[in-house]
Amino acid sequence: MNVVLITIITLGALGAVAAIILYFVAQKFKVFEDPRIDQVEEVLPAANCGGCGFPGCRAFAEAMVKADDISTMNCPVGGAEVMAKAAAVLGKEVEAAAPKLAVVKCNGTCENRPRLTTYDGASTCAIAASLYGGETGCSYGCYGLGDCVEACTFDAIYMDEETGLPVVDEEKCVACGACVSACPKNIIELRKQGPKGRRVFVSCVNKDKGAVARKVCSAACIGCKKCEKECPFGAITVVNNLAYIDDSKCKLCRKCVVVCPTNAIHEVNFPPRKPKPAIESTEKKSAE
Amino acid sequence: MLKTFSLGGVHPAENKLSAGQKIEVLPVPEQVSVPIAQHIGAPSEPLVKKGDTVKVGQLIAKSAGFVSANIHSPVSGIVQKIDDVLDASGYKRKAIIIKTEGDEWDESIDRSPALNKTIVASPEEIVKKVGAAGIVGLGGATFPAHVKLSVPPGKKCDVLILNGVECEPYLTSDHQLMMEKGEEIMVGTQILMKGLGVDRAIIGIENNKKDAIEHLTNLAKDYSGIEIQPLKVQYPQGGEKQLIDACIGRQIPSGKLPIEVGAVVQNVGTTFAVYEAVQKNKPLFERVVTVTGKSVSKPSNFLTRVGTPISTLIEAAGGLPEGTGKVIGGGPMMGKALSSIEVPVTKGSSGVLVVPEAESKRSEVQNCIRCSKCVSACPMGLSPYLLMTLSNKAMWDRAEEGKIMDCIECGSCSFTCPSSRPLLDYIRFGKGKVGQIIRGRNK
Repeated sequence: MNVVLITIITLGALGAVAAIILYFVAQKFKVFEDPRIDQVEEVLPAANCGGCGFPGCRAFAEAMVKADDISTMNCPVGGAEVMAKAAAVLGKEVEAAAPKLAVVKCNGTCENRPRLTTYDGASTCAIAASLYGGETGCSYGCYGLGDCVEACTFDAIYMDEETGLPVVDEEKCVACGACVSACPKNIIELRKQGPKGRRVFVSCVNKDKGAVARKVCSAACIGCKKCEKECPFGAITVVNNLAYIDDSKCKLCRKCVVVCPTNAIHEVNFPPRKPKPAIESTEKKSAE
Repeated sequence: MLKTFSLGGVHPAENKLSAGQKIEVLPVPEQVSVPIAQHIGAPSEPLVKKGDTVKVGQLIAKSAGFVSANIHSPVSGIVQKIDDVLDASGYKRKAIIIKTEGDEWDESIDRSPALNKTIVASPEEIVKKVGAAGIVGLGGATFPAHVKLSVPPGKKCDVLILNGVECEPYLTSDHQLMMEKGEEIMVGTQILMKGLGVDRAIIGIENNKKDAIEHLTNLAKDYSGIEIQPLKVQYPQGGEKQLIDACIGRQIPSGKLPIEVGAVVQNVGTTFAVYEAVQKNKPLFERVVTVTGKSVSKPSNFLTRVGTPISTLIEAAGGLPEGTGKVIGGGPMMGKALSSIEVPVTKGSSGVLVVPEAESKRSEVQNCIRCSKCVSACPMGLSPYLLMTLSNKAMWDRAEEGKIMDCIECGSCSFTCPSSRPLLDYIRFGKGKVGQIIRGRNK
């Protein structure tokens, strides 16, 4: 009995001494951390996707606390709502950034773009792209090996078995940009989500001359400039035989969609148009 | 016991089907497309434009930097256009397209077959002539030859090593060249020795070419300082570093060039081109290409002009066999599958290998079983299984520490892997990425 008592008293005394020492040491070497970092981190979505440009939510919170001006910063996952909350915690101003979405700019389906060769090497787009121009005649388009799917941490991209092209799940995509940097062909772009998810974009990245591009893919942009001339807002520019629609200027009038001879310009989430023979195929796309 | 390199290596089935086939001169094609990027380094700058008339051997694109090479017209005719053409890289790249009319050679080229043994050119003139003739390493690496001949200040070269190894299975172009142009290669060697200022040259030849070893040994008796070194058959002995190790037992430090150990390596094909350039004033616009494969009816060695479509060569070897799965530019180990048989022959095309469908398929990739066969096979002493994973996970800093840049892309690791893992595919990709990072850092 005595032994037990002595043990308890000795250990208790040792513990108490250690606690006192630790207390003073902790006081002496205290690391000051801005409590606001924790508060901001609390607000952030904890996705750690890196879409903000910082390595994880904690780093982004630290950066926001440190920065004088956070108006240019944006958490693509949380969007305007989260940024407003974070700004409220910090008492800083934030601009509401328009929500974005990953857009796949290739329409080289098996039907539009016939396969000429078969690739059986390492199954990643990056390696295939370092070896050759891909299974089809278009060396700009999608390789269909799914590096973007692999890169997405939100499960928001999947490969469409039928077309061989990646499809972005609009509900799940947070526009973190992981797929954009994973794609060796720079096919994916972050574009404005648009009101009610309505968007108009050129679904092609082929920079070959019109005739060459058209030969290998029936849905290629041939750089004919019809859309550029048609656009009343000057939102479309054709550079290197490829049209590009600036989403900050585009007013979604869809005039370009109608004039495009190869249906390379896509409109999504618009209500179906009144049937006109010229736009049958675009209707099909909007219904998707 | 024959000499060979000290580390790793494999011995794939040799399959030298076209061995002993006389070099056949292919007729001049109706049209050639001459890519302006046929060598390592900066692409050349075209000097001609649409509608220009050119002669055989006329300079049509000039070297665009220190590491770059001149390109000469392989045919006489009219320049059709300068356009993007699919080449062996698998991408469309700029090429000069010439429509052939007759076969009119530039007057300065000596077309007589007579052997010219007297070397009048000074060392400086030799380097200049080799550069002007647009000669690149014909073994396949296509490194401009004149750059190798310009020994950097502070370094000393004491031995020239000629690569007559041809360790790639199937290929026989160098072998045949040694048999038919042995005398010219000897003179070419003397020229290179003079250019480098060395009095010793070793021609390394693998023991599966006994006739070539015998032939050149006999010839070498009349030339001072040239030794023939028979080597054990082992892939990748044709690699510069492996060949130096095999011939003179010197190891090149990581990241350094052969000149570091006082050696310069040139291919025998390159040596023949040097002979022609210096003694006959003939620039490099044609080369010997092996067309082979188990299903090819007439495996052959062709002397063909640069810019000839590969399809013409296959046609001349009996046509594309039924059930062909792949056509490879180069040999089976280091060659690259072509995405079209219309791609042109370039200075670096050593062979065309037609693979039947059944043999062309890659086996299913399985998990790494840590057998370390790839480590034993790697002639550079690397850990391919690890480099593959690092490359896959984009861990470039660790890949660099793992000496990924030392990889010579010989493919011994992929060849030996029992799980059919695409080791080299990943490593080559990682090497590209790490190379980019290093270049960015050095800027």
